[in-house]
Amino acid sequence: MDQKNLRDWEAKCTQEEPPKCKARCPLHVDGREFCRLMAAGQIDKAWAVLCKTMPFPSVSARICDGDCQNDCLREQVGGGINLAALERFAAENAKRSPMIRALPPKGKNVAVFGAHLSGLSAAWDLGKKGFTVIVFCEDKLQGFESLPADRVSNKIIEKELAQLGKMNVSFAEHGKPDPQTIMAANESFDAVFVDPLAYNSTQLGISEVDLGTLQTSIDFLFASPDVGDKPPIELIALGRKGALSIERKLQNASLTAGRDREAPFETKLFTNISKTETIPPVAVPDEGYSPEQALEEASRCLLCECMECVNNCAYLEEFKSYPKAYARQIYNNASIVMGTRMANTMINSCMLCGLCEKVCPENFAMQDIVLEARQDLVEKGHMPPSAHEFAFRDMDFADSSPCALVKHQPGTTQSNQAFFPGCQLSASDPGAIERTYAHLCSVLDGGTGLLLRCCGAPADWAGQKEMFGRKMESLKRDWESLGRPQIIAACPSCIESLRKGLPEVDVISLWTVLSSELGQLKQHPEMALLSLQDPCSARNNHELMNDVRLLLSGLDITFEEPELSGTHTECCGFGGLLANANESLADKVARRRAEKLDYDGVTYCAMCRDMLSKAGKRCQHILDIIFPDGSKDPAGRLAPGYSARRENRVRLKETLLRKTWNEQPESRSDYESIAVKFTEEARKMMEERRILLSDVQKTLHAVQDSKQVLENTENGHNLVQFRPVTVTYWVEYEMKENNYLVHRVWSHRMRVLG
Amino acid sequence: MGTLKVLDEDFSSWKCATCGKALHPSPVELEYLDSRFNVELPSCPDCGFVLIPEDLALGKMAEVERMLEDK
Repeated sequence: MDQKNLRDWEAKCTQEEPPKCKARCPLHVDGREFCRLMAAGQIDKAWAVLCKTMPFPSVSARICDGDCQNDCLREQVGGGINLAALERFAAENAKRSPMIRALPPKGKNVAVFGAHLSGLSAAWDLGKKGFTVIVFCEDKLQGFESLPADRVSNKIIEKELAQLGKMNVSFAEHGKPDPQTIMAANESFDAVFVDPLAYNSTQLGISEVDLGTLQTSIDFLFASPDVGDKPPIELIALGRKGALSIERKLQNASLTAGRDREAPFETKLFTNISKTETIPPVAVPDEGYSPEQALEEASRCLLCECMECVNNCAYLEEFKSYPKAYARQIYNNASIVMGTRMANTMINSCMLCGLCEKVCPENFAMQDIVLEARQDLVEKGHMPPSAHEFAFRDMDFADSSPCALVKHQPGTTQSNQAFFPGCQLSASDPGAIERTYAHLCSVLDGGTGLLLRCCGAPADWAGQKEMFGRKMESLKRDWESLGRPQIIAACPSCIESLRKGLPEVDVISLWTVLSSELGQLKQHPEMALLSLQDPCSARNNHELMNDVRLLLSGLDITFEEPELSGTHTECCGFGGLLANANESLADKVARRRAEKLDYDGVTYCAMCRDMLSKAGKRCQHILDIIFPDGSKDPAGRLAPGYSARRENRVRLKETLLRKTWNEQPESRSDYESIAVKFTEEARKMMEERRILLSDVQKTLHAVQDSKQVLENTENGHNLVQFRPVTVTYWVEYEMKENNYLVHRVWSHRMRVLG
Repeated sequence: MGTLKVLDEDFSSWKCATCGKALHPSPVELEYLDSRFNVELPSCPDCGFVLIPEDLALGKMAEVERMLEDK
């Protein structure tokens, strides 16, 4: 990601855009922050928010007519917040006003002609910034004279004028200055601002004024055309505009740069109010709000923010921020040459599921940034080795000789199509593959081959471009050895991965095949209502999602669509290898998804089924329904552990070779003959620590040669260790009747040099 | 760099079955991702076989591994 990419991404996220009230306000008062503090009963702090933005706030807050009320998002769900009344309440009830300190004099003199609201505002802003200002006028009170006396008393006006006096501003009340004096003032002052209620530009004989800056044809003289009957807040904003132009002019800065949002503008901030309850406004009594009423009215503020993706994603929520900030963290993470990369875990915890892009009004695709960041980490050699290694070992195992299979249908020498069940279905439910394959062979013509192996998705998700390329090359060789058949894939991730890596292959989903062959399927017993779980890898595959629904309906299976379904479905926690990089978050994601399914789940992804099952949710795979194995409660079947998943794959190949092809499978490795039992605690430990039965067997096997054994003289336990590649395994066991009984297992990556 | 003492427990109940000697704390060099540490660990005085206890592997050692992995 370069700087420009970063800025493009940042610009897509609207979370930091201002709320509508602030965007609409000519002075850009932060109504949201003001309401948040008011609703919390923090009147003084709320008042400070107004004082920060408004010139002479004690007056401005009382005369604001609350133009933002109609623009307020609350308008659609009850009625806009009455910010004007709340501001008056704050002005009346604040106990303390923040100290307003002007900058020390800069040595630049500005003349302001006219002391109406625009002139006084210009004087306020310029004085505060350290310019020495003289306001020439008939009467310094004239700007306030037209204001409603019941709202703004003389005492308040005098207080604010006194404040002006403390801010480099003085008054010259010598009667109304004449135009000649004004035009000549350039000679004695560094800049001049003319209040349009004293003289507008036409009255001064100035033909052209730039409306964005109030710059005139006379250098250093700023004026405005006739302002008609502009409301007070707009007159104040006009003075502010003149002051900013003068400041820039005197600093030799651009008068126009970055001012496109000075006038009221449309914010890009999106706020979802689809679930917001309607609440009517609190009526304003003649005497203004009571504290309780003000708090109640301020509490109606929606505190507009987007957070649409964060609210819908446990991952985005986990790291306590939002995509705009994440994009910068990822950029910074990539930029680190020396020191600690703080965002690696964040980068490796995304499910790459793409839900954020679907819910974002600007289609911010966190998964794209994250995948690129992972590829970058891999390329630069900074990817933490432990993040994905377990998944790679699993992938390699699925592709190894004990599990992988490439064969034509028995009795045929060609394959019109080949079934590709995917390595996780093989791991989760090998029986379902046997039954499905037998069915496909019986209903499809032209030979149906079988391809047992991994689709390479883990390498792709991990950002391992080269590894993914290698997997695709080898998959391509397998596919070509079968005569380039159409591939019938059961797993939505496999479909995605194959289409990405081998676009020349015609890939179709098993569910599309089955939905078009409905008549060939057996009837199943009537079932209770189920909740459909779409896997996240099906999100953009509309045909697939549609065919699954057709299939379910065709089988008379009634199902409901949970909240966040179809293109808006949620990941089960397996996507993007989350479970490998951040297991506790994966558990959280799975539990959160499980809660959204009101009934027993039904899904067409083996990992969705197993992740939800691990989260305690009853869930079945569609194959459990279409090709049942006769068990009473398929939805209650527990997800197999890591070792069992491997064993399932090996057994699947062995069974298929024996039963379907009448062939003898290859003999198993020596270490597998080691008979080993585990205490309940050790079994649990293995799963938590991702230590496989084969790791334990290999360790015990290796020790038979090395003879390096530690012995505990107190309990008779033995302790052995083995480091096959990058991890050292320790196994603590006792010998019981010539069998190993394992008590404890642990591992570490650090190497002992001696 | 000095040798870090990371274990307080007594591991004298473990002996090296091959050499028949009880384990004694000895300086050991550990390595991960090109970083090296000198740590005092229970080892066999004869063959030098080093014990990495479970608590150390899953505690301090895992912590250091994580830090070196920049996670």
